[in-house]
Amino acid sequence: MNTDKDMVVTTPEELAEAVQSAPRVLAVGAGTKPRLSAVASDVVKISTVKLSGIVEYEPSEFTFTALAGTPVKDIAAALAERGQYLPFDPLLVDAGATIGGTVAAGLGGPGRFRFGGLRDFIVGVRFVDGGGRLMRMGGKVVKNAAGFDLPKFFVGSLGRFGALAEVTFKVFPRAVTTRTLRLGAVDTAAMTTIFTEAAGQRWELDALEAWPAEGVVYARLAGPAAALDVLAAEIFSRWPGAALTDDEASRCWNGVREFAWAHDGGELVKVALVPGAVAGFLSWTQTMAGARTWVGLGGNVGFISLPRGGTLADGLAWPAMTLRGGGALWPGKRADAKVYRAVKAALDPQGRFPSIED
Amino acid sequence: MKTDAIARLMALLPKGRIMSGPAHLAAYESDGLTAFAARPLAVAVPETQDEVIQIVRFCYAEKLPFVARGSGTSLSGGSLPVKEGIVITLNRLNRIVRIDPAGRIAVVEAGVVNSHVTTAAQKYGLHFAPDPSSQSICTIGGNVAFNSGGAHCLKYGMTSNHVLGLKAVLATGEVVEFGGPSREQVGPDWTGLFVGNEGLFGIALEVTLQLLPRAETFHTVLAGYDSLEKAGDAVSAVIASGLLPGALEIMDALALEAAVAAVHADYPPNAAAVLIVELEGPREVVAWDRVRLQEILAESGAMEVRVAKDAAERLAIWKGRKSAFSAVGRLSPDFIVQDGVVPRRKLGEALKRIGEMASEARLRVANVFHAGDGNLHPLIMYNGKEADGLARAEALAGKILRMCIVMGGSITGEHGVGVEKRDYMPEMFTTNELDCMKRLRAAFDPLEIANPGKMFPEGAPAVMTTAQHGLHPLEKAGVITRE
Ligand SMILES: Cc1cc2nc3c(=O)[nH]c(=O)nc-3n(C[C@H](O)[C@H](O)[C@H](O)COP(=O)(O)OP(=O)(O)OC[C@H]3O[C@@H](n4cnc5c(N)ncnc54)[C@H](O)[C@@H]3O)c2cc1C
Repeated sequence: MNTDKDMVVTTPEELAEAVQSAPRVLAVGAGTKPRLSAVASDVVKISTVKLSGIVEYEPSEFTFTALAGTPVKDIAAALAERGQYLPFDPLLVDAGATIGGTVAAGLGGPGRFRFGGLRDFIVGVRFVDGGGRLMRMGGKVVKNAAGFDLPKFFVGSLGRFGALAEVTFKVFPRAVTTRTLRLGAVDTAAMTTIFTEAAGQRWELDALEAWPAEGVVYARLAGPAAALDVLAAEIFSRWPGAALTDDEASRCWNGVREFAWAHDGGELVKVALVPGAVAGFLSWTQTMAGARTWVGLGGNVGFISLPRGGTLADGLAWPAMTLRGGGALWPGKRADAKVYRAVKAALDPQGRFPSIED
Repeated sequence: MKTDAIARLMALLPKGRIMSGPAHLAAYESDGLTAFAARPLAVAVPETQDEVIQIVRFCYAEKLPFVARGSGTSLSGGSLPVKEGIVITLNRLNRIVRIDPAGRIAVVEAGVVNSHVTTAAQKYGLHFAPDPSSQSICTIGGNVAFNSGGAHCLKYGMTSNHVLGLKAVLATGEVVEFGGPSREQVGPDWTGLFVGNEGLFGIALEVTLQLLPRAETFHTVLAGYDSLEKAGDAVSAVIASGLLPGALEIMDALALEAAVAAVHADYPPNAAAVLIVELEGPREVVAWDRVRLQEILAESGAMEVRVAKDAAERLAIWKGRKSAFSAVGRLSPDFIVQDGVVPRRKLGEALKRIGEMASEARLRVANVFHAGDGNLHPLIMYNGKEADGLARAEALAGKILRMCIVMGGSITGEHGVGVEKRDYMPEMFTTNELDCMKRLRAAFDPLEIANPGKMFPEGAPAVMTTAQHGLHPLEKAGVITRE
């Protein structure tokens, strides 16, 4: 996504200089969610792809610190060597997503179901504010209550309030095995029933996602193999289905992670839902020609893909964000408050970073 | 004149719900940090969200400082009143608006008591995970303001990790709704920014909480060691094994002694430290994990390993643990609790240093802590009747906080900065960083009327009482215990 105009930085200090070097700037990662950085042409992009590397990784602490442009793929590999992982399943990893871009986009995947989302694992940031000041907020330990929780605020803030230089995360040990169960859901009602009932059971599912077009729900279990077989049998006795082979399962989850089901070069939109709203959401998506839909997190998120040039129908009644394509950045329901602008002014008084509206 | 303001404030609420008589005010002078006290001008007792909004708008118009108060159990002086200001007490704003079992959320008003959320949710097999030891009395609003923790933070996180959205009246009088009922959201995490603000942004009115299914099985183990170091090493071994226990807690000899005396807790005799590990989950998973835990503990040099055979034994283990602090408090009339965090691998070193610093200061320190999180809770005992007793204890507390900062940790894991630790903020954050936080605060509270004098070193110094540091009045009454 880099163009000649882009500035390229390799250290947090250079990032701070770059922020001050132009009247309007935006830090960008690998460009895997291009709509998020599709801003006015007078905004100079600061590429963070060379601001890369794991700064600290202490497996015994369950924490690591990495520069913002570090590919999530590198981080996942380093963690995997020590049997650990980012439990929220970051997205677009093979596509090259950076950790900073992932934070700024606030994007997590199926694993959010069990232990929480990206916001629940970020513990510290170093960032550059609109005044060019390089600062650290949060901490490097798993627990910390000193000062305002700006690390969380940066989750989903799209680089509009500051440029991320470095992030610190809490991680977890990865379960020894997983089992993926493919359950049939003849219609939306059946799917919603699985979402709401499975979520409250003793099984402690690791993920619960659905591909409505084919009427299937994917439930993932994680833990010791012997235990999972028993749990799987119990689930099948309630909802008929089949266990995927390891190969099938990894194809399935890679596909979810990389949006393999979505159109090439089309629109891709994330929608925040609740299980009770899934039926309404799906019938709304059916009003659009060629729309494909994925529903995740037991009905707490939906993704819509439209063919290139497609536009969303009116009436999106839930909060939403366009990741790819040319549609509005925030096509769904939005809240507004005066304090939003006051906080923007506090972190970026000169409006160096684009507005969150752009 | 401020007294005129009080007269005008009286007009906002029905008779009797603005209190300004000395006898009424006395009850609100302190919170759980009993060494500090300040008398507010008045105490407002709203019963509805609208009343809270009216009062805050009034304060904004009159530039009248206010302090929100839940149950006043803050251990860092967070709900200490501001002289010349009012206290807005939220205990009556306590409706559980709805429990949605299908969406697994609870919407509650800020004055709802923490444990009441689980009580309301348990008929659906759900619970609210954050479990501060004060949970039978502290409020969700207080938990939100302090991002409170408990014994299960390693696996489940703190309060913030369970707050999906909230409605608040900011110090400008603006009413905002952040986040919502979904576990996902788009755009900046305003909810995450609000949680942990220590009452400096405004007042939370209504909070949307995520509920989790209650674990099917618990496996609780208590291991006794002849040294604190071995207990610490056992924690590292458990972590390295890839297990993710729900809780990992340590108590040292002095804490054990106190718990034995106070609640007749039964611990391995002569143990210098006790480690509590709790596994939880579906029974088949726990059955597997417990075998691995057993192997690890067998190799950890434990003097004795006890497994809770049933719910009653599990409760007994937790009772000893949860009462330890209050119990230690009974060994000494005066004490200070610290709440610093160190990287887990430095726990052993930190505890050794605390021991050395304590003997240099000629003070006794008991340790009960969240070992899994590296969250220390050293309890410094002193005699307030000795001329320099409090000063020595505070000096030691300061040294411990500095040690946590130097080791790369934090001055507070869950009790907040409040007035108690505000002078240490400049040691943890640079001037730029503190200025940035102050600008943020000003965005929410340009007049600095919401809980002024907390978190940041500036402002009028808090008032020390001659009263003792020590047990919260409710602890003395045996209503709550602390960890
Ligand atoms: C015995 C004992 C044990 C404890 N154990 C633990 C523990 O295990 N873990 C832990 O983390 N803490 C613990 N604490 C500390 C304390 O209980 C928590 O900080 C708790 O969250 C405070 O709740 P509260 O309702 O008493 O709030 P208060 O003390 O009344 O207020 C705390 C802060 O929150 C603000 N506040 C209150 N309500 C609101 C609102 N609606 N909107 C905005 N701001 C508000 C106040 O201004 C103040 O700054 C313990 C305390 C005691 C006394």
